Amino acid sequence: MSLSTTPTPTRWERFRDSYVWYSFKRDRTAQLCLAVFLCLVVAAFCAPLLAPTDPYDLRQIDILDSELPPFWIDGADERYTLGTDAQGRDLWSIILYGTRVSLLIGFGAVILQALLGVTFGLMAGYLGGRVDAFLMRLADIQLSFSTLMVAIVVGAVVKATLGSSFYSQYAVLMLVLIIGLAEWPQYARTVRASVLAEKNKEYVDAARVMGLRSRRIMFRHVLPNTLSPIFVISTVQIANAIISEAALSFLGLGMPETHPSLGSLIKAGFDYIQSGSWWITLIPGAVLVVLVLSINLLGDWLRDVMNPRLYKG
Amino acid sequence: MSAQANTHAAPTTAVQDSEASAQPLLQIRNLRKRFSLSGDFLDQLRFKGGKLVRHQEYVHAINGVSLDIQRGEALCVVGESGCGKSTVARTVMGLIAPSSGEIHYDGARIDQLNSRQLLPYRKRMQMIFQNPYASLNPRMTIQQTLEEPLRLHHPGWNRQQVTDKVKEVMHSVGINPDWGKRFGHEFSGGQRQRIAIARALAVDPEFIVADEPISALDVSIQAQVLNLLMEAQQQRHLTYLFITHDLAVVEHFGTRVAVMYLGTVCEIATTATLFAQPRHPYTQALLSSIPRLDDDRPQHIRLSGEVPTPVDLPSGCVFHGRCPYANERCKQEIPVLQAQGDGTQVACHAVEEGRL
Repeated sequence: MSLSTTPTPTRWERFRDSYVWYSFKRDRTAQLCLAVFLCLVVAAFCAPLLAPTDPYDLRQIDILDSELPPFWIDGADERYTLGTDAQGRDLWSIILYGTRVSLLIGFGAVILQALLGVTFGLMAGYLGGRVDAFLMRLADIQLSFSTLMVAIVVGAVVKATLGSSFYSQYAVLMLVLIIGLAEWPQYARTVRASVLAEKNKEYVDAARVMGLRSRRIMFRHVLPNTLSPIFVISTVQIANAIISEAALSFLGLGMPETHPSLGSLIKAGFDYIQSGSWWITLIPGAVLVVLVLSINLLGDWLRDVMNPRLYKG
Repeated sequence: MSAQANTHAAPTTAVQDSEASAQPLLQIRNLRKRFSLSGDFLDQLRFKGGKLVRHQEYVHAINGVSLDIQRGEALCVVGESGCGKSTVARTVMGLIAPSSGEIHYDGARIDQLNSRQLLPYRKRMQMIFQNPYASLNPRMTIQQTLEEPLRLHHPGWNRQQVTDKVKEVMHSVGINPDWGKRFGHEFSGGQRQRIAIARALAVDPEFIVADEPISALDVSIQAQVLNLLMEAQQQRHLTYLFITHDLAVVEHFGTRVAVMYLGTVCEIATTATLFAQPRHPYTQALLSSIPRLDDDRPQHIRLSGEVPTPVDLPSGCVFHGRCPYANERCKQEIPVLQAQGDGTQVACHAVEEGRL
């Protein structure tokens, strides 16, 4: 009974003793990426505080200030550190706001994907049989459409039926829906695979013998034990969703010019790259690359840590 | 297929035998379970002689098992790996649906009930699993694991009642109630199995199915857990269906023993009778394999050949290929369990004909 004298560790102490924290303390890349990622997230969500101008407020924009270069180039205006875009908006402000839009869409789409994918994956894996066959064929069909095609079709239909002003008004929501609906099979397949591995373990049988309902067993017993792969895939999917949004916006199917995301900023500046105003497209492009790269590297690290072949948690 | 038709006669003797005494707690009647090996419909299609035919293969895990379990006894089921003893346990608990046959609990048929109808029985019958490293949810604390069945089966209980009950069962299995906030992986194998036993006992069941509950434990721990199970049986008047392949455990623990071979029961007897006077040739071979200290006994019986595959069951008696006493009848006709003078039931033509 000597064990009883040691105090039970709290949640925080458990985390500090965990392999995840141990590995994080030793991985410089992961630390740097988390720092960069957190900086970008904080900067984006504090945009109204950090940005010198409000790019959504037309009264603060002067068309005569358009295409001013960033501060290290001759002809720069000291009011605009990173220069201005073709409409005379401050590039620094609009990048902050644009990153916020991109992150919102990225996270929103991934939450929707995860909700659909985890639910369907759990049901397919745990219930098996016809439910499994139906849901997985549905996932196969869904995966055979590319995200861009779904976006083009949905965008065209919504614009045609409800008008393009409606579409621009709810553009964030539309993009979350489109990217969320297009990519849930990724989650569903990952979750199903780990549920198939978990559901034959005896603790699931014990829960069934206890008389618990299937829903409770799925969400309370099986799901917490499949969280590792869900975490790993989430990081990759956030990066993917941000890229998808940028690609859609670049094609003109995403965020409107008035509320630009990083993608639509790149697109808007792309028309001026030949005329020498390269900063309008390259600076948002660099921000996008840094954002996605830091998320992807974090995801790589997380996958290494949580890979059940290398380490079993 | 004649094999299956024959064994339908098997349960009759068992029924007559048991109705003389009080009603058994659990009755298993001619239980069969086969598992498909052929995959889904598309995998089953084969070309044969230019025609598309549906080809299905099955593992015959249990082939007509009939058992009665009386209140207060510990019925041990023994047999070698793959003889279907775990499948019997899981079918009784409703984890697997039987292919045919009936299971009656306290007079009521339970094998066809859905999970909602089974709920009252879940409180009365519980299960202890083989591997304590897998039977506790790694993401739940011991407290959560033990509270879950109580909250499900006693929805009216308040927080205090649930906590008190958890403390009581933890105490009764020898686990310090202060350890409730810990996770399963922080305990040793023996402690985990005690926790698993506590979970089964939490709802105050009267019948416990134990599927090789000590075979995954260290030998030094096995006796402790076995004694714990016996103490619980005395204090709580439990009835056990105890699956094991360890004959020493059977001798120590069981009131009656059922010996299984390839999905069929070949002999049922009280423990003392079985160890003193094994009737079935397979039981004799099994018991002679126990190492003994006295070395003057004759050599143990060596069976030739392998256990036949449960995919293609042999005709007649499943044991005839390895039985030294097998004759033509054994290859043709499936033996049924027949009561002997002392209440032992044996399924063997040689015993019936007095050749053995």
